[in-house]
Amino acid sequence: MDDVFKALADPTRRRILDELAERDGQSLFEICGRLTTRHGLGLTRQAISQHLAVLEAAGLIRTRREGRYKFHDLDTGPLRRAVARWLPPEGPGDGGPQSPDATETPGPETSGPGTPDGPEPTDRAATPGEH
Amino acid sequence: MRINLASIHVSDQAKALRFYTEALGFRKKVEIPLDEHHSWITVVSPEQPDGTELVLEPDTHPAVKPYQDALVADGIPITSFAVDDVRAEYERLRKLGVVFTQPPTDMGPVTTAVLDDTCGNLLQLAQHHG
Repeated sequence: MDDVFKALADPTRRRILDELAERDGQSLFEICGRLTTRHGLGLTRQAISQHLAVLEAAGLIRTRREGRYKFHDLDTGPLRRAVARWLPPEGPGDGGPQSPDATETPGPETSGPGTPDGPEPTDRAATPGEH
Repeated sequence: MRINLASIHVSDQAKALRFYTEALGFRKKVEIPLDEHHSWITVVSPEQPDGTELVLEPDTHPAVKPYQDALVADGIPITSFAVDDVRAEYERLRKLGVVFTQPPTDMGPVTTAVLDDTCGNLLQLAQHHG
């Protein structure tokens, strides 16, 4: 649990999760390119590798070997478990088919378990799970 | 000083020549047999027949394979080609069975995609905007 919060405490690592939330299965090269061109983060590949290792140790991303390629996927499982203790119990879970009026269910990933450095421009937060 | 050649190590020159011409659409410029198994082969873009020649070079040196493997694992392309419409190229090449490790993705001033040349390398396609 401490690993999850420690991993999330760094803004670069949250950016990496933002980008992986947009599309799973990214190579290290693609993650570096996105951080540089979309967020102006001029980090070395080695530094990004280290951030990925922290995220992987916290269980927030998984690496997958596919032939000669290595891809990174987002895993929100630890995130959900980390914040579940403070959230009111939900009924049938995400978008339960039983309760059409329960559309205001708080999105645990986007409402934020506390990002101390203020709101971030999460333009894609409005469209979670778009592909 | 001019850049007249750029070279890419390939695991199989005949296969590479087919991929770079038939799939990517480049044109063979030079093919000179060197020995029983290897040739000096270059291709050019039909849009720039007198432009930089790409050498499809044998990967016989023992350092090549580990170098390529390390780059490919991290998704790093060996070089980049300019295209007018990266999404159209992506669709066209996918229909030919070409494998992409990165679909077209907006990266600031460019939209890029990364594909496997089937001969040991990843290649980037880049469409510059504006």
